[in-house]
Amino acid sequence: MKNFSMFDLLVLVIRRDLVLAMRRRADVLTTLIFFVMVVSLFPLGVGPEMAMLRKMAPGVLWVAALLSSMLSLGRLFSADYLDGTLEQMMLAPQSLSMLVLGKMTAHWMVSGLPLVLMAPVLGLQFDMSVQALGVLIVGLLLGTPILSMVGAIGAALTLGLRGGGVLLSLLVLPLCIPVLIFGTGAVEAVSTGLSVTSHLSLLGALLVLALAFTPWVTAQALRISME
Amino acid sequence: MLEVSNLACSRGDHRLFSGLSFVLHPGQIMQLQGANGSGKTSLLRTLCGFLMPDEGTISWRGKDVRELDEEYYAEMMYLGHLNAIKDELSALENLRISAGLAGTELSEKEALLALRRMGLRGREMLPTKSLSQGQRRRVALARLLANDAKLWILDEPLSALDVGAVALIQELIAEHLAQQGMVIFTTHQPLEVAGMEMRSLSLS
Repeated sequence: MKNFSMFDLLVLVIRRDLVLAMRRRADVLTTLIFFVMVVSLFPLGVGPEMAMLRKMAPGVLWVAALLSSMLSLGRLFSADYLDGTLEQMMLAPQSLSMLVLGKMTAHWMVSGLPLVLMAPVLGLQFDMSVQALGVLIVGLLLGTPILSMVGAIGAALTLGLRGGGVLLSLLVLPLCIPVLIFGTGAVEAVSTGLSVTSHLSLLGALLVLALAFTPWVTAQALRISME
Repeated sequence: MLEVSNLACSRGDHRLFSGLSFVLHPGQIMQLQGANGSGKTSLLRTLCGFLMPDEGTISWRGKDVRELDEEYYAEMMYLGHLNAIKDELSALENLRISAGLAGTELSEKEALLALRRMGLRGREMLPTKSLSQGQRRRVALARLLANDAKLWILDEPLSALDVGAVALIQELIAEHLAQQGMVIFTTHQPLEVAGMEMRSLSLS
């Protein structure tokens, strides 16, 4: 037996959550299929007017990404809470924030990353230019981890509540508005010929801020929920 | 050495216990007794730091556990009502992950040995959802073998276990006490540890 370092623990938690997700594939696919469906319904509903679709594209893709990332948030801690694993995590001789960061990372890899990879294909339905697609991907890469991290705070606060899902959306969606604004703003800047760097750097700044604070806040929220 | 002094705990408006003090020295075992709802689990959860006591202090080796935090957690192990095992994972994966969370890396061989000693030979690779309730409890109890914590806090460790497994748990507790370990537990079933004086604390 040898002792675990903090980094080993992070890897252990990420690997564990990924293995669990792979054995419960339906959960992962739900998020992705929801995203694909919502985005694909818009061209059908609005009609094939290219100029309008191009204008709508960033907003539709981002809102769909936001909503589908809400879908899987409820499960982020609830399974571990119900079977007692969360108790054991709190008793780990490493900081709970590190474990939480591991769970956030795994959550993003399972529910955020597939959306980022799928987005360019869906963007084609809206006749987005290659440059706009590129900016969309970079924006989503910076933005979806923030959604997972901010969402984790809501998931921790609503842990064990009945009807927590609705409350979770009410808590988290308003906090995600800045991500939505800068994410769509970056793609729109491409079509109007403005610089995209300002929007993307703001998204990057939000990501750094979230990385620094959300694991700790989530850990505190979990401790409150466990009482 | 675990030292509890003047501890008081309440759930909602209901005061469960107050003025509770005891000291647990290395090699000692203590059983919490009391009717359902008398606060046994709450006391154990307070010792784990899940619940904040209303009053009083809990110290480990002479220091407050809230200051020690991670140092204390490295030396204690809690086994609650919930097994903390995942249905989708095999017994082997479950044991290695829970040992990892407790801060020790367990090789596959060590984990297999622990599971076999718990009477799970041939079940190591099966997803735990296909195991019976008692077998799942055995997977959870295998953690007792796979860590070097000094203080064991066991909440109803014998639930769902058969006679053979109960005897095995008694044996494990006796070994742990012989190595200067400490055990504090609750149970509604008789549990005898050979050659050890069983202290008991009644909550009412």
